[in-house]
Amino acid sequence: MSLDHQRSPDELRSSHNPKVEVRDLKVSFGGDLALRGVSLDIAAKRILGVIGPAGSAKTTFLRALDRMNELKSGCRTEGKVLIDGEDIYAPSSDPVLLRRRVGMVFAMPMPLPLSIYENVVYGPRLSGLCDKAALDELVEESLSSAFLWEEVKDRLGTSGLKLSGGQQQRLCLARTLAMKPELILLDEPSSGLDPISTSKIEEALTILKERYTIVLVTNNTKQAARVADETAFFLMGELIELNATGKIFTNPADKRTEDYVTGRFG
Amino acid sequence: MSAHATSQRIAVGALAAATLLSLAIVAFILFFVLEKGLPQLSWEFLFSGPKDMGKAGGIFPAIIGTLVLSLLAIGISLPLGVLTAVYLSEYTKEGRLTKAIRFGTDCLAGIPSIIFGLFGYVFFVTTLRMGWSLISGALTLAMMVLPTLIRTSEEAIRSVPQPWREVSLSLGATRWETVRKVVLPNALPGIVTGVMLSFGRSIGETAAVIYTAGSSFRMPRSAFDSVRTLAVHFYLLAREGISTEKAYGTAAVLVLAVLSVNLLTYALMNRFIRRRAR
Repeated sequence: MSLDHQRSPDELRSSHNPKVEVRDLKVSFGGDLALRGVSLDIAAKRILGVIGPAGSAKTTFLRALDRMNELKSGCRTEGKVLIDGEDIYAPSSDPVLLRRRVGMVFAMPMPLPLSIYENVVYGPRLSGLCDKAALDELVEESLSSAFLWEEVKDRLGTSGLKLSGGQQQRLCLARTLAMKPELILLDEPSSGLDPISTSKIEEALTILKERYTIVLVTNNTKQAARVADETAFFLMGELIELNATGKIFTNPADKRTEDYVTGRFG
Repeated sequence: MSAHATSQRIAVGALAAATLLSLAIVAFILFFVLEKGLPQLSWEFLFSGPKDMGKAGGIFPAIIGTLVLSLLAIGISLPLGVLTAVYLSEYTKEGRLTKAIRFGTDCLAGIPSIIFGLFGYVFFVTTLRMGWSLISGALTLAMMVLPTLIRTSEEAIRSVPQPWREVSLSLGATRWETVRKVVLPNALPGIVTGVMLSFGRSIGETAAVIYTAGSSFRMPRSAFDSVRTLAVHFYLLAREGISTEKAYGTAAVLVLAVLSVNLLTYALMNRFIRRRAR
């Protein structure tokens, strides 16, 4: 990234070099504090699972990472979010350029009312890519990575809205991948999907983490246990515990984490 | 039979009766106008100028005048209306200002058209010295249909699902790119409906036009020439008792014009929707 020259070679080589550093992040809507001062690091090329009961501000946390919260009126954000050491809330930081580097997959499958092809190239076109051959290649590559290519390769011109729910969500994943983002945010991506579609998405994620840093918010603790490398437990807008996924689910440090993952509340 | 089933039957009966009555009224008016007017129609009536104050001859200049005047009015008000609607629904937060603007447009929509005619006469015709002309008439009509265009466009824009905007923004689009690529294309059928309503209203408008576009029989040669629209022509023929037959002929053309504008727009809209949904 552009700020790499400011760091010493030692820091760059360090395996503890986090992709994202969140420092005392607070988000409020209309004066109500939703996220109450969260600090954590997100390691590069890993999957961070974020779990917690409804209303624990998981989604608010996720949307703070690509400045989507501010689209709602009355939103206020304090604290710092550094991506590759660059503060995305700095006055000079442009949210439009940030969102080209950070991809988001929403809870409900939400294709744009365009063809499958046009859905995938929507972002790259905005960034100025217009070479037909390059776009074609990008469409095949992105749809393949999302395990959708084989199912749709003969009907790229049909509307994305005509696909099944599970296919639509994989299309949304492909659309995000086509942006070649550095960070992928997924907001309960399989909450409305059947088990087979869910397992396809999870399979895609475990392969994708070789190239991308992924944050996965999920209401399904088993999903976090299956795919996340580290897992963060949120409760009432606070980060209770962040640990290796195995530890969170077998030997959590906090009593509240244990209660949640064993299903005693939430 | 239970009480539920009875009330159900009464409700269905009342709804069907209301629908049939509405249809019957439309059908009756159409039948009445077309029955008296259609026999008057001929190539000569449609494609030649009037003779002897309209007692004889045709209505060609009035057909052209009506079309040009209405198209010009829509051409002026459409960009203004759509841009206003985009600004109100996409760029401003709901508050006192937007409420005031919306209240203003609603009031504008409720003003009788003769008041627009009076204003157009005082402002465009005399103060700005545009005279009785196509341009004075078009500007007056544009003001008259503007509220309809703003409100229908706004409704159409609001009916575009909010998540689509979020998706577009999350993919690195600016607000304006989102408006251009997602909001407006999907609001288009609604906007076209507004245009259709406005065009129909412009074609049939009499009061706002007679004081601003005048009533010249001649074919307009420039935007500053006076024109006579079909509605004005009909009004003058009937009121001055010049020719009842020609008046009905004109009315039939007017009705058929509005009807074909509607059919054409529906056809275009369906084609557009099918093309996008494919």
